[in-house]
Amino acid sequence: MGELLQVETAQEALKNQEYTQALVDLLFQLADDDFILAYRGSEWLGLAPHIEEDVAFSSMAQDMMGHAVMYYEMLEELGVGKADDLAQLREASAFRNAILVERQNGAGGYNDDPHYDWAYAIVRSYVYGLHKKVRLESLLKSSYSPLTLISRKMLTEHRYHLMHWQVWLKQLANSTPDARARLEAAIAKVWSDAGELSDLGPNAASITGFGLIEAEATLREVWLKETQAIFEAANLSWPGEPGAAKERGRAGEHTADLIQALATLSEVYRIDPAASW
Amino acid sequence: MNTQLEHSDLTEDAKMEAFLAKIDRGEKIEADDWMPDDYRNQLIKLISMHGISEIMGALPEKEWVPKAPTLRRKLAIMAKVQDEMGHGQLLLRVAEDLIAPLGKTREDIMQDLFAGRLKFHNVFHMEAPTWADAGVIGWLVDGAAIITQSMSLDTSYAPYARALHRICAEEKFHAQHGESIVLELAEGTEEQRQMLQESITRWWPSLLMFFGPPENGNITSNQASNMRYKIRSQTNEELRQIFLKKYLPRIFHLGFTVPDETIYFDEAEDKWIYQQPDWEEFKQIVKGKGPRSAHRLHLREMSYEETKWVRDAILSYGRQVG
Repeated sequence: MGELLQVETAQEALKNQEYTQALVDLLFQLADDDFILAYRGSEWLGLAPHIEEDVAFSSMAQDMMGHAVMYYEMLEELGVGKADDLAQLREASAFRNAILVERQNGAGGYNDDPHYDWAYAIVRSYVYGLHKKVRLESLLKSSYSPLTLISRKMLTEHRYHLMHWQVWLKQLANSTPDARARLEAAIAKVWSDAGELSDLGPNAASITGFGLIEAEATLREVWLKETQAIFEAANLSWPGEPGAAKERGRAGEHTADLIQALATLSEVYRIDPAASW
Repeated sequence: MNTQLEHSDLTEDAKMEAFLAKIDRGEKIEADDWMPDDYRNQLIKLISMHGISEIMGALPEKEWVPKAPTLRRKLAIMAKVQDEMGHGQLLLRVAEDLIAPLGKTREDIMQDLFAGRLKFHNVFHMEAPTWADAGVIGWLVDGAAIITQSMSLDTSYAPYARALHRICAEEKFHAQHGESIVLELAEGTEEQRQMLQESITRWWPSLLMFFGPPENGNITSNQASNMRYKIRSQTNEELRQIFLKKYLPRIFHLGFTVPDETIYFDEAEDKWIYQQPDWEEFKQIVKGKGPRSAHRLHLREMSYEETKWVRDAILSYGRQVG
């Protein structure tokens, strides 16, 4: 098996239990990353530095949420559960997102005294976005055809997001000393978590063995190389090897930030998950 | 031989006469055209209030954006509230052109809002404590907004008319979005129906207030001049009756009530006879003394102040690259 296998449909995937398990593990990483970061984006609504950016930022959060929905629906197709239940009824320990995306936007609640950090929003979105691009490009060669298909679609939208972040990074890095200092602090903070992005979780060997996506080291190398070039172009010093949080999100270990996020985003649905909303 | 006088040679009275004749012919005024100061001031007041109401109006719904109950609803409400911000942007651009000759900018509009000099719509001062409020705001508040804005689609000021055409088209989707949330709750469990009834009850006085006090035959000088200038074409009470005729039958049809035991439709008069909301309370609310006024203004002002460094950075970058 392995490299030669090309799976065209969910029904076909389900014939091989190990393949299905690897696919499900990967899909949860993809879905949860986009879902939680899109949620963080939705918390920014109405709070961005100017109205034009509020509209743009929201649009990108929606695209990301839309991508999460596609992944959850692929999981639903594989019989894992209803997409809405997967997004809203799992405990934090069942989430496979990287810690980077669950960190809160800043102190305070989205509705009560949010002291949100725009520099962190920009750097996190961009660093995550650059990794996502590498991941999607790798998925174009995935053994699971439905993944290659939606990755192509997502990449089209995603390239516009990256252009947007690039403009922000360049502007903030080359404007006032205050903005520069805030940007550098944000980079340090993002960088201390970012190394986990290319972690494929405890089942990584099986995920790459079945040709679902390329190896962690490959993803990481391409992503770091591209990111380094972008930092240099923006006159930013290279922060070196990225670190990782002490919790391993890909293994279901999470911070209190995720627990709070899940409680908020599922508050209404949990009133009665059997009801129609 | 051209005997026509240059516009700049005309007296103020003659300019005014020509202006009124122009709008009476159904012609439109553009931002760079001559206009009476009074006309400009009425437009600034109306459009900056409308624009800022769209932006403040995003806040009650924003409370429900991260909590929307299904993935589809999450996507829909994010898009909906984003549209409202977009409407605010469109309208503020129209207002910016009008205030530019007075040496003012968007910054002045924001500071007027924070200082309480610029009011926003009464409905956005109110609480939205449940998910049903997200539905009722979309269905009934946006429904009411479509009625007042449709009146102004043919406004004499062309840039406002163009913005309104786009806004109204999107507002229709919003009303459908709200209606879809409401119908789901109306056809749902007992708990969901109760949540919806409480929301309709809660919003009823605000919805009546939305159109402003009834004229009772005494049209204010503001309203009269706005009608003369063809900025608006209907009175508060006429608009409110359109709203009641459209929505009350739907509310009753779904099996819900409004908190007005004596309300009835007078066939002979062809209008709904309803109990007046507390108009004194209305005045207080729009002065910024509604239940959520301070909280929402604080949220807007705080986020604006805390991101000042970003706007400064953009300006600085712009200066550097020329």
